[in-house]
Amino acid sequence: MRNLLSIRDLDRVRIEELCSLADEFLAVMRRPIPQVPALRGITVATMFFEPSTRTRLSFERAARGLSADVMGFQAAGSSVAKGESLKDTALTLRAMGANIMVVRHGSAGAPKRVAEWTGCPTVNAGDGANQHPTQALADTFALLRRFGRLDGIRIAIVGDVRHSRVARSDVEAFTRMGASVTLVAPPPLLPPDLTGWPVAVSDQLDDLLEELDVVYLLRVQTERGGATVLPSVEEYARRFGLDAHRLGRMPDHAVVMHPGPMNRGVEITPDVADHPRCLVLDQVEAGVAVRMAVLFRLGAGLKGEAPHG
Amino acid sequence: MEPFTAEPAVPDSSQVLDADAVRRALWRMAHEIVERHRGPDDLVLVGIHTRGVPLAEAIAGAISEFEGTDVPVGELDIGLYRDDLDRRPVTRLGRTFLPVDVTGVSVVLIDDVLFTGRTVRAALDALSDLGRPQRIELAVLVDRGHRQLPIRADYVGKNLPTALEERVRVRVDAIDGETGVWIERAR
Amino acid sequence: MAELVIRGGTVLTARGPERLDVRVAEGRIAELGPALSGPRELDAGGCWVGPGLVDLHCHTREPGQEWKEDLQTACLAAAAGGYTAILAMPNTDPPVDRGVVARQVVQRGEQIGLVEVAAAGALTAGRLGERLSHLDELWEAGVRVFTDDGDTVTDSGVLRRAMEYLAVRGGVVAQHAEDPALSAGGHLHEGSVSSRLGVAGIPREAEEVVVGRDLHLVRLTGCRYHVQHVSSRGTVELVEAARHSGLPVTAEVTPHHLAFDETAVEDLNPDFKMYPPLRTAEDRTALREALDRGTIDVVATDHAPHARQEKEVPFEEAPRGVIGLETALSVTLGVIRDPKLVFDRMAVRPARIAGMPSQGRVPEVGSPANLVVVDPDRRWTPATFRSKSGNSPWKGVELVGRARFTLYRGRVTWEDS
Repeated sequence: MRNLLSIRDLDRVRIEELCSLADEFLAVMRRPIPQVPALRGITVATMFFEPSTRTRLSFERAARGLSADVMGFQAAGSSVAKGESLKDTALTLRAMGANIMVVRHGSAGAPKRVAEWTGCPTVNAGDGANQHPTQALADTFALLRRFGRLDGIRIAIVGDVRHSRVARSDVEAFTRMGASVTLVAPPPLLPPDLTGWPVAVSDQLDDLLEELDVVYLLRVQTERGGATVLPSVEEYARRFGLDAHRLGRMPDHAVVMHPGPMNRGVEITPDVADHPRCLVLDQVEAGVAVRMAVLFRLGAGLKGEAPHG
Repeated sequence: MEPFTAEPAVPDSSQVLDADAVRRALWRMAHEIVERHRGPDDLVLVGIHTRGVPLAEAIAGAISEFEGTDVPVGELDIGLYRDDLDRRPVTRLGRTFLPVDVTGVSVVLIDDVLFTGRTVRAALDALSDLGRPQRIELAVLVDRGHRQLPIRADYVGKNLPTALEERVRVRVDAIDGETGVWIERAR
Repeated sequence: MAELVIRGGTVLTARGPERLDVRVAEGRIAELGPALSGPRELDAGGCWVGPGLVDLHCHTREPGQEWKEDLQTACLAAAAGGYTAILAMPNTDPPVDRGVVARQVVQRGEQIGLVEVAAAGALTAGRLGERLSHLDELWEAGVRVFTDDGDTVTDSGVLRRAMEYLAVRGGVVAQHAEDPALSAGGHLHEGSVSSRLGVAGIPREAEEVVVGRDLHLVRLTGCRYHVQHVSSRGTVELVEAARHSGLPVTAEVTPHHLAFDETAVEDLNPDFKMYPPLRTAEDRTALREALDRGTIDVVATDHAPHARQEKEVPFEEAPRGVIGLETALSVTLGVIRDPKLVFDRMAVRPARIAGMPSQGRVPEVGSPANLVVVDPDRRWTPATFRSKSGNSPWKGVELVGRARFTLYRGRVTWEDS
């Protein structure tokens, strides 16, 4: 594995391998000393050209858990504001000693360009509405921990699929692992052409509830224009929001997921958000573990130390 | 750990211990461990992945047989503590699991072959991240020499003088379907 | 001016292809015949000899954006591509909305002397789409094609007045058809690729609704109308129907729309970003068939240079456009191999639409020696360009067929070595 740019780069075996590594890292995270020396001497650059707290902190936590150094910025406080190009920013960080690039960018394909320009192993931490592979790995890992396997698991991804890199990555990861996925959204929030997507589509959440193992709620992304294509957010909440009544109609073992940050009162009511069957915090914990697994896989080959026996 | 694989023994290898010899060696080591610790209490055996784990279980089984006490057995994967990750990438990690808190007790690390000592160095680091044992000892089935670090074994199944370019291959029934120790000449 | 002979080629004459040598003197074709000789001879063995190519759609960027391209480099690139004439688009800074700017562009072209440079004029003042530009002044400066290319004239009233104004003179309204309300925020064709990549798309309808509206206004005004860079099957059908009902409509297609479809954009390489976007394989087939039938009259490059630093950014941030002057002939030869069709679509018809009487003429004694000698079997791989910018989707891609010589007014302006 040279880069992690898209979940499409990973077949089922690779996904399982990363989740099994993540399982070990989860154990590491729960130790009194939640750190291993695996990436000592490696520097991870977290380049976030979009505001993000949780993903950036998750990557930094993962890097430190592997004893890597972290060099990070968020666009607002960087020279990007002075007009420095993405290329120069990336090359500058490499020149300062960064070995692994973690890139979040508003434009699809930006992390791939960084990988090409720097030659460093690069992790896509979310590019436009294209891909967010570590989130998909986190979600897959969280579900594996819950259900043991994804084969035959029925998942509805509900909400603004059109503008969601999480949905694009999750659809590929979940179906690759054997789950069946239904996209549930009003038509303007669906991608215009779903040719080749291994999914079913519905605009009636209420018709599906009894047959679901997982409801995956997406955030209505007001900053990407998600709200402007809807008649009203209230109407959306009424038809597609998950409340206690809808949760009650789902099977007892069914769980609720959300990539965060949640809009409480829009796609999820507070009582569901705080419900024990809501896996949001498991997803967060799983996120650190899979990011440790990914950084470990990318970084372990970079160290130039003495031989071993 | 040595890069052992589960392929069948090759023609230019010669067997130095057969299954019975291995069993007798482990039996003897079990006795030595119990003897030195004046009994099997406050003792934890920790096998180093991969073949150290079944060896630890075998030693615990022997102790259980002659002492009537079950000694806890843990597993340690040192993949995250190795100093040669650049040369030998790790794609899977074995389970790291300690059945009891090791702080204050005696731990016997168990591996199949002691060679440069780097695996044991990594295992000591890994173990000290998990607790603070009162004492750590080392038991190996084979000591083949060529140490690169100031490390020695407390219990040795067999001292086996080797040339640097030779390989020592330990096979364990639970993993390889047969038990024994072979020396392979460099090909 | 020195005399020379083009030897050993197949000349595309009015009677069809003939094995003839061509004597060029005083900037004109002096003699056509077998086994001619002269003080300088150009080896045209295995080549076609036909009228120099005419590009109806070229962004020369001068004045105002010389870091991308200037007339000198654009003309060098054009000559290397087999062109003897280009129509410079008016979206410069200042735009070509006054006679003085048009004259400046044409005069610079004359000074450079590598190809004939004609200026297209802006339809509206400042290309703002609000009021007409100085159409009379532009006409007197020699402008025959009017367009706000890069932007669409969306106001139907403004477009109608422009068409009424130009219809009586025989001017051509050329439209960059893009309804901004449908294309806003889009970067590639709205379809399976855009959906998969999560990049906002531009539907075909952004083009088709504009062409449909415009054709009604053509019916109303009788003005000559030219559709720039057709990208969809639907537009082809609209043009075809309009032609059948006798409307004075022509259309062009770019080499990249003939060569690629939306799947070429999957890697999000900014050198594949342009407007209109590359559409589906079905659209591409429709474009090729329409070019073959003649429904689409012209292959035009939409040569749109952008500096390296402008394109070396993520796809969604990159400006639209690719260069094409140096590769258009090769790419078109990959689609149509019949030399007669190639010269018709790349020289004869564009010259007629642009109103350039000394261009696009089938070789005959006395006609201006604006010629290209095409080696249809030459294999080459573009690596560097005469254009100031390198934003080509064919960088590093092997192409077949290339201009061996280009002659403008009897002078060799390009020689393939």
